[in-house]
Amino acid sequence: MKSLQRALVGFGRFWWDFLVGDTPEIFITVVMMLSVLAGVSMWLHHASAAVYVYPVVVLGALLVSVRRAIKR
Amino acid sequence: MATLSHGAVTGNVILCLSVFLASTVEMVEALTIVVAVGYSQSWKSALRGVYVALGVLAILVAACGPALTSIPRTQLHVVVGGVLLVFGLQWLRKAVLRSTGYKDKHDEDKIFEETSLLVRQQASERAAFVLSFKGVFLEGLEVVIIVLTMGSSAHKVGLAAITAIVAVALVAIVGGLAARQLSNVPENALKMAVGLCLISYGTFWTGQGMGLRWPGNDAALLVLVAFYSLGAFLMVAAFRPRVANVHV
Repeated sequence: MKSLQRALVGFGRFWWDFLVGDTPEIFITVVMMLSVLAGVSMWLHHASAAVYVYPVVVLGALLVSVRRAIKR
Repeated sequence: MATLSHGAVTGNVILCLSVFLASTVEMVEALTIVVAVGYSQSWKSALRGVYVALGVLAILVAACGPALTSIPRTQLHVVVGGVLLVFGLQWLRKAVLRSTGYKDKHDEDKIFEETSLLVRQQASERAAFVLSFKGVFLEGLEVVIIVLTMGSSAHKVGLAAITAIVAVALVAIVGGLAARQLSNVPENALKMAVGLCLISYGTFWTGQGMGLRWPGNDAALLVLVAFYSLGAFLMVAAFRPRVANVHV
């Protein structure tokens, strides 16, 4: 039982480190971007502009993260 | 006979390129540890660690690959694309910071010295095996995740796995011939290229999974790679002079 618990904790910790780690802003931004994108594609069926806006937002997320690291 | 469209070929090329470069970078890091263990303690234990780690990683790919490909493609694209976006942004951020001088470059010579010291202090076959296994397994796990996520989304786990095996074999051969020259590998440039490929695929697949229609289908991947490359280049150029001012 204990080894199973340890394995589960280890598995959870691996994914936490892998996806969040020391850059929580990247994880949060990606989740937010995907939520907005899901909303846009659900309510605006022909949101063709999203194809052009989406990569710009991704690049913006990188810029914010780099600037944050530099300021630290 | 079925022929591949231009877009599909582009997709395959970028898939192979991403997996190949990611595998190369990670395996250079792993090889540094293995070579350090081999030189300092025992090649037998070091190689045993490599074989066991590669075996476990191969089992992971064989077990998870078919399971992932059975998930409906739309959901798979969103989840996998999201993971690739996060992972790719982390790699690219690190590469940009290293290029601008705000983060220390990955130093294989330093890792070699540190690992050698650790092995000499512990001086046991078991420690040599564990260090070698951990080095290959942990670095290889990132490659496995890339192979599984990218391969399953493109329904080409086999192609991705073969590409990774070729990269690993190539690094092993080159590493065997020039074991102490690993620090000459332009690791940051490779990491930057992998980050660019990962976020391009991540953007493409999450968009596709959410119902976006990319102009030119798979060929849009090339445009995304070019767009993000330009963005990363501009970021490096914009932040680099500040470092010069700090040091002066």
